[in-house]
Amino acid sequence: MTELNISILEQKFQEKIDNDIKIEPRDWMPDNYRQTLIRQISQHAHSEVVGMLPEGNWITRAPNLRRKAVLLAKVQDEAGHGLYLYSATETLGADREQTIDDLHSGVAKYSSIFNYPTVSWADMGAIGWLVDGAAIMNQVPLCRCSYGPYARAMVRVCKEESFHQRQGFEIMTTLAKGSPEQKEMAQDALNRFWWPSLMMFGPNDAESKHTEQSMKWKIKRHTNDELRQMFVDATVPQAELIGLTIPDKDLKWNEETGHYEFGAIDWAEFWEVVKGNGPCNKDRIDTRRRAKEKGAWVREAANAYAEKRRKRKAS
Amino acid sequence: MANKEWPLWEVFIRSKQGLSHKHVGSLRAADADMAIENARDVYTRRSEGVSIWVAESNNLFASNPNDADSLYEPSDSKVYRHPTFYEVPDGIEHM
Repeated sequence: MTELNISILEQKFQEKIDNDIKIEPRDWMPDNYRQTLIRQISQHAHSEVVGMLPEGNWITRAPNLRRKAVLLAKVQDEAGHGLYLYSATETLGADREQTIDDLHSGVAKYSSIFNYPTVSWADMGAIGWLVDGAAIMNQVPLCRCSYGPYARAMVRVCKEESFHQRQGFEIMTTLAKGSPEQKEMAQDALNRFWWPSLMMFGPNDAESKHTEQSMKWKIKRHTNDELRQMFVDATVPQAELIGLTIPDKDLKWNEETGHYEFGAIDWAEFWEVVKGNGPCNKDRIDTRRRAKEKGAWVREAANAYAEKRRKRKAS
Repeated sequence: MANKEWPLWEVFIRSKQGLSHKHVGSLRAADADMAIENARDVYTRRSEGVSIWVAESNNLFASNPNDADSLYEPSDSKVYRHPTFYEVPDGIEHM
């Protein structure tokens, strides 16, 4: 294809985006658009899948049957979300097996929040309330993303995820109203998960290399800093209501702007965790790799069984 | 046997009796039975459906988006195919 043709195609593509016409899998799209989506959607899928691990840690130790059933349902949802998203990358021509191998080899990233350990039951509350809360902030605008299959997957994800945050907040509320030790446990979980939750929105706008192009393509609808501010504004009053304290001495309400001002984020910590040096990076990836290796015989057996059934039907 | 990747399946769900099946997404499974079992687990956990169809993605054929103009544009000019094209005199009801 000549350069002139490509520039006409690109212009038409941008016109569609500007007119809010969705892009579907077989439509022409710039290579960069395709690659950006594959990178973003696969990271998102990996985050759902790795995100099951910190919570899986507590399924057998949930304090009662109700909490256990809820946690199981939540973790099962996350497996489903991973599946929707991997399927969306396949519509862009990504190879499923390769996508997963990229996670296991460390080439692909996932949300750094899942590299923190879950050391107490209250962490299930903090994760649902803060981590899922931050994820929802990110995901709601993605329902209007310009790429059809991603947007549709996000609609399903958001619908299912709405209970995740509530169940977390319910755990926190219950603990905060409990004994002094229980309240202390809730506060401790908030202390550990607050800052990593703010980091989930990614680097400041000035440092975010993909934001500008992604906004032009309507893959992203808000910048990292905008979403982070929305999250802080929504969450601070919730903490106050249940009598917990946000671990930020610089946090204050700004009457003029109508927003909370908050302290500086430790970006050095963020980049360390992204680079693989967080408390659980190695453990998470090892667990995923082991799951794939140890599940190989199951996948093989399913193939053999399918083959057997096919033969039986044919005869 | 080499551990070949399970094929991709497209999933269609009838949300309630009286409505047609609608595409909801895709998944991988070793065969059709397993695809239906997986579709049940993934796509109907919140009473979204009463019936499931699965079709191997390889067996679906799609029109080319580049042909959209030649395929669909001719119908734009045939406004007489819509009832609003016709004038109905005042006083005529139920037509």
